[in-house]
Amino acid sequence: MHLLRTDSGADGRDSRPPVSEQIPLGLTAPSMDHLDQLEAQSIYIFREAFGRLKKIALLWSLGKDSNVMIWLARKAFFGRLPFPALHVDTGKKFPEMYRFRDHYGKEWDLDLRVEPCPPIDAVDATLPPAARSAARKTEGLKMALGKFGFDGLIAGIRRDEEATRAKERVFSPRGLEGNWDVRDQPPEFWDHFNASPPQGAHLRIHPILHWTESDIWAYTKRENIPIIPLYLSQNGKRYRSLGDQDITNPVASTASNIDEILIELEQTKVPERAGRALDHETEDAFERLRVAGYL
Amino acid sequence: MNMIVTPASPATPNGTTRPQVRIVIVGHVDHGKSTLVGRLLHETGSLPDGKLEMLKAVSARRGMPFEWSFLLDALQTERDQGITIDTTQIRFRTNSRDIVLIDAPGHAEFLRNMITGASQADGAVLIIDALEGVRDQTRRHGYLLHLLGVKQVAVVVNKMDRVDFSADRFNEISDEISAHLQGLGVKPTAVIPISARDGDGVAERTDRIGWYKGPTVVEALDQLEPARPLEALALRLPVQAIYKFDDRRIVAGRIESGSLIAGDEVVIMPAGKIAKIKTVESWPVTPVAGRQGAGRSVGITLDRELFIERGDIIAHTNAAPRETRRLRARIFWLHDKPLAKGDQLLVRCGPKESRATVVAIEKAVDPGELSSVENKAIGRNHVGEIDISLSNPIATDPYTENPRTGRLVIEVSGRIAGGGLVLSVDAGQRAVPVDIVPVESALRLDERSARYRHNGAVVWLTGLPASGKSTLAKALERRLFTNGGSPILLDGDTVRAGLNSDLGFSAADRSENIRRLAEVATHLARNGHIAIVAAVSPAREDRAAARRIADTAFREIHVATPAGICEERDPKGHYKKARAGALASFTGIGNDYETPQAAELVIDTSTRTVADAADEIERMLKTTGVLFDELVDLAANI
Repeated sequence: MHLLRTDSGADGRDSRPPVSEQIPLGLTAPSMDHLDQLEAQSIYIFREAFGRLKKIALLWSLGKDSNVMIWLARKAFFGRLPFPALHVDTGKKFPEMYRFRDHYGKEWDLDLRVEPCPPIDAVDATLPPAARSAARKTEGLKMALGKFGFDGLIAGIRRDEEATRAKERVFSPRGLEGNWDVRDQPPEFWDHFNASPPQGAHLRIHPILHWTESDIWAYTKRENIPIIPLYLSQNGKRYRSLGDQDITNPVASTASNIDEILIELEQTKVPERAGRALDHETEDAFERLRVAGYL
Repeated sequence: MNMIVTPASPATPNGTTRPQVRIVIVGHVDHGKSTLVGRLLHETGSLPDGKLEMLKAVSARRGMPFEWSFLLDALQTERDQGITIDTTQIRFRTNSRDIVLIDAPGHAEFLRNMITGASQADGAVLIIDALEGVRDQTRRHGYLLHLLGVKQVAVVVNKMDRVDFSADRFNEISDEISAHLQGLGVKPTAVIPISARDGDGVAERTDRIGWYKGPTVVEALDQLEPARPLEALALRLPVQAIYKFDDRRIVAGRIESGSLIAGDEVVIMPAGKIAKIKTVESWPVTPVAGRQGAGRSVGITLDRELFIERGDIIAHTNAAPRETRRLRARIFWLHDKPLAKGDQLLVRCGPKESRATVVAIEKAVDPGELSSVENKAIGRNHVGEIDISLSNPIATDPYTENPRTGRLVIEVSGRIAGGGLVLSVDAGQRAVPVDIVPVESALRLDERSARYRHNGAVVWLTGLPASGKSTLAKALERRLFTNGGSPILLDGDTVRAGLNSDLGFSAADRSENIRRLAEVATHLARNGHIAIVAAVSPAREDRAAARRIADTAFREIHVATPAGICEERDPKGHYKKARAGALASFTGIGNDYETPQAAELVIDTSTRTVADAADEIERMLKTTGVLFDELVDLAANI
C-alpha cells in the first residue's frame, strides 16, 4: 500500500472529529494551535537561557529564521531584546540584507553588534571553496566570543534543515575552541537543559530547533514579521535560504507571497539548503564545519 | 544534506489541522531500527526524488549491498562506525497523522541519547529481532518508556524472514514482551510481525504473514494520539523568572497544567503566600483578557508585592501542591559513578533547584536483567527508588497526580546525570496554617551562603554532663568565625536562664526545652547561620523531634566521653551534688542517657585534643555539604 499524501485519507479513516472538538467546552482556555505550541516552547527556552547564563547574545544572520527568533525573544521579554544581537558579518551579504539590518536594528531597538570576519587566507585551506568561505564565519564568531566573553550564543538552526543539525541539543555545549562533540552530548529531557559550560567554553542555545521551514513561514505570516524581499519570486526564481552572495543561489519558484511559499513547500521535494553551495561539495564538508563550530 | 522536506506542519494555507504525533523507535542494537525507518520513509512516499537511487549508487561505489538503514546513516562518521549515534528527527505522513520520527540509538553506550529522544515522544515503537528475541536493551528501553511517561507503545517483531515467518516464534516473543510491559503498567497498542527489509507488515499484510490479523506498522502509527496539554488538572505555574524591565513586575513561566485568568486568587508555594492575579501581560498586545491554559508561556502581575523567586509554584488556593523537604522518587541513572546513599546532588524540579542528599536507596536494579539483583547503589543505566532530602523546601506533586510537576532531574557537576518520577512526598509536620503569614527575610539564602561560605545548619552536640560539649562548641564557634562564617552558640544552660526559664526538669519540660532549642536553632539555620547547640538532650525521642524540626540541616554529634571520666572532670560540681542526693533529675549517674544510634559523628574527648576534635567536626561539615571546601562548590551554590 502506498499512502496518499493528501490531507483527506482515501479510506476515510480520518473522519474522526479534530482533537480540538473532543475537549468539553466550558471553563476551558482557547486551545493552542501548532504555532502557539511552538511559540510557547521557544519562549520557555529563551527565558531559561536568559535566566541561567551570565552573558548571552543572539546571532542575527538577518534571514527568516533569525528574524522569527528576535520576534519570539521580544515575546519572551515583553517587547525587548535584553541582550545584544550579534551579526558576524562576512561582508558578502546581499545589499537588501544590509538595508534590512540597518533599518530593523533601529526600529526594534536592538543592541546591535556587527563583527567582521577574517580574510579567506586565514581559513583552513583543505576545505572545499564554499565551505572555506563559510568557515570565515566560524572564525569571526570565535573572535567575537573572545572579544565579548559570551557564555551563551543563541542560534536559529532547525532540526529539519539538515541531518547534522537534527542531532543538536537545545542547549548545546561547545568546547574551549568552540568545537562541537557530537559523540558526547549530555542528556536533555523534560525541558531541563545543561546550562553550565566549563570555564572559558560557551553554549549554543537553539530556541527554534523544533520548528520547520513551513512553521517559520506560517508564523512570519501570522505575526506579520518583516522579511527580506529576496525570499519572494522574481523572474521565476527566489531564495529559500540566504547566505553569502557568492555561495548562495536562488531556486526556481513562482511563489511571490508567503501563502504561495507555503503551498510550494507542501509540494516540493527539493531541500531547503539546495541553493547553498557548501552543502553539496563533499559528503562530510558540512559536518566538518559544524564540528569546528559552524552553526 | 537534507533528506526529508515533506512539510509536516498542520499550519497549511488551507487551514487543515492534522494531528502531529512524535514517535520514537527504540530497542536493542541491530534489531533493525534504521532499516524500519528507511522502509517507512519509502512506503509513505517521503523520500526526495532520486534519493533512493543516489544511495544505491553510493553503496555500489563503496562495494556494499544497499541497506535501507543507509538512508539514516547520512553522516560520514555514522557510516564508518556502522551504528546510529544520535537522535535525529525525520518527518513523514500517514493517512491522518503527521509523524515526527525521533530515531533513538539502541547501543547501550548511548542510553542518554535514547532518553533525550524518547522523552519528547507521544508514542513509541519497540523493535525486537525475531531470531534473537527479547534482549537486555529491549527490557531496559521498555522500562525507560514507562519512566519517561510514554504510554502508547507498539511492538514490532522484525526480521520475520529469518524465522520463516513462524507464527509460533512470533507468539512466543509477543507473550514475553507483553508480560514485561504489562508488569510496568504499559499495555502495548499492537504487536506486529514484520520484515523491515522486505516490507512485510510495514505498510502491507503480505501472504507470508497471512496468519496475522492486526494492524500494519503504518496503521498502528496512524492510531497514535498526540499528547494533550494537561488543562483538566489543577493549576501549576512554575516561576521561571521575575522581570522588571519597566514599572511592571512580571512573574514569568509556563503553565504546566490547569489554567488561569486575571482575578484568580493564587497561592505561591512553598511559602504559602496568597495574592490575586492582577493582569496577564503579553506583547505586542497587553494585557490580554481571557483564560490561559496549560502549555502557554505567560507573564502575570500580582495585586501585591511579594517575595517570589524562580522555582516557586503558583497554584489556586484550594488545590496547592505540597511543600516538602523530603520525597521518594523512581529514577534512572546515567552517570559513570553509581549513585549511593549519602551522595550530595543537585535536584531540579521544573525551574526549582535544591541541593539534596540521598537518604536511602531501594530497589536498585538493572532493568535489562531478567532476575533483578538488588544493589546498594544505582549503577550507570540502571534504575532504582531513592529517598531524597532537600536542603530547601520545594513544592511538588506525586507524578500520579501531576505528570508534569511530579518529575525531577538530578545534576552532578553541572551535567544532567539522571531523572525520574516523584512517587510520594513527605509533607512533614510543617503545613502552614492559613491565617499565619510568616514574614520572610529580604536576603536570599544564596547571598548569605556566598558571604559565609557555608550553608545554614544545626550542629547538635549531645552527651553526658561534663563530656566536653560546651568546650567543643566554643572551639568550633571560634574556628568557624575565624574562617568568615556565622556560628551562633546555643548552650542549653544559657537558654534555660532566659527563654526557657519557665521550664523545669520533668520529662515534659525537658521535651519542650529541646523543642524550643531546635526551633530557635532551625530559624538561625534557615537564615544561613550555623547554630551550635550544646545540650545534654538525653532522650532519644526528643533528639528525634529536633531532627524533624531542623530536617536536612541537622547534624548530630555524640560527645561520647566515658561516664567515669565525665564524673572525674565534674567542672560544675554537679556529679558530686547528685551523688550526695542534692540534685534531683540529674542525667549522668543513672542509666537515663539514651545513646544516639545514628549520629553524624561520635567524639570521645578523653582520647584526643580539642583541636583534633574540632578538625573532625569541620571535616564532617564539609563532607555533608555544610561548609564549602572549594570555590567550585561556592559557585554551584550561587
